[in-house]
Amino acid sequence: MMRRDECFEKIAELRDDAIVVSSYSSAFEWRGIAPSPLNFVSVGAMGQASSHALGLAIGLPDEKIIVLDGDGALLMNLQCLVTIAEAAPKNFLHFVSENGCYEANGSHPIPGQGKVDFAGMARSAGYAHVFEFDGMNQFTSELPGIMALEGPVFVTLKIEPAGELEYDYPYTHGAQAREDFKQAIAPMIAKRDAT
Amino acid sequence: MESETGLSGAAIIAAIKQAGVTHVAALPDITTSAGLLWPLSNDPDLELVRLCKEDEGVSICAGLYFCRRRAVLMMQQTGFFDSINAIRAIAVEYGQPICMIIGLLGKAAGEAPAESRYSVRIVEPILDAMGIDHLCMETTADVARLPGAIDRAYETSRPLAALVGQRLDP
Repeated sequence: MMRRDECFEKIAELRDDAIVVSSYSSAFEWRGIAPSPLNFVSVGAMGQASSHALGLAIGLPDEKIIVLDGDGALLMNLQCLVTIAEAAPKNFLHFVSENGCYEANGSHPIPGQGKVDFAGMARSAGYAHVFEFDGMNQFTSELPGIMALEGPVFVTLKIEPAGELEYDYPYTHGAQAREDFKQAIAPMIAKRDAT
Repeated sequence: MESETGLSGAAIIAAIKQAGVTHVAALPDITTSAGLLWPLSNDPDLELVRLCKEDEGVSICAGLYFCRRRAVLMMQQTGFFDSINAIRAIAVEYGQPICMIIGLLGKAAGEAPAESRYSVRIVEPILDAMGIDHLCMETTADVARLPGAIDRAYETSRPLAALVGQRLDP
């Protein structure tokens, strides 16, 4: 088992100027580790981070889009794996933190806790590359290569449930976060339109 | 090809292109399948994202909106019902121009939605309750309003529902 914050610190080291789309616990953990206006958090509810990320990946095909998903979130939008694999965005990197529980809603266990094979589902859905890690040494070693792959790429991170997080929902759902993001990606859009 | 009231899928495709739409996220709906979805799936000017479930499409259209790409989400009213939480949050509460083309399965041509079967007549009241602008396309004159409605949705950052009230045949 790994710690989500330690995994995210490694991802942050290699992020460059990638857009990072996240939701719920992953979003609040990531915001503390790697604050940036290129963090997209206004994904509504019910596991929609990955689908927002697909829209961004299609709209900005030359920018890397990283999704920081949760296992509970993915279960609520599970068919997205097939939709994403069908669209096959090369700039799409999908991390799923598997802690086995709905952490943001009382840490109740997810259905299939410890039995569901998220990586297996992504593989059978048709992701180009699929990985699963439960140890930091191997994850740290392989992450640079994974970040360089053409997507869609799926990575399960087997993690321990985290401690208490500050769930700042007014920020997540507030207009300012979306406005900041719009401003942040404006140069990417200008670059796309110039080519 | 036209339906019995003159409504054609070709006119709807022309209308969304006139509004600057470049992407369509869709699930098949028998009302719009032959006349609209099949033709646009072969249209080189429109990029089709095939969905497994309609709420994904709300999010995909939102992502494209941030990239300054205009998109429409095509679905049946049953998919609309199933997607209401995503539409509530992402389109209505965030104030984003999610533009939906919704086929009304079970409504006869020329029949007022309010006088149709239960699964049709509740659509407009739900849209009204959610504060979503809507228009029902029965004739080519109705379709002519679509580009302006999509433009307004983007200018005002509000969602839009364009209802297709009859089966479009090829």
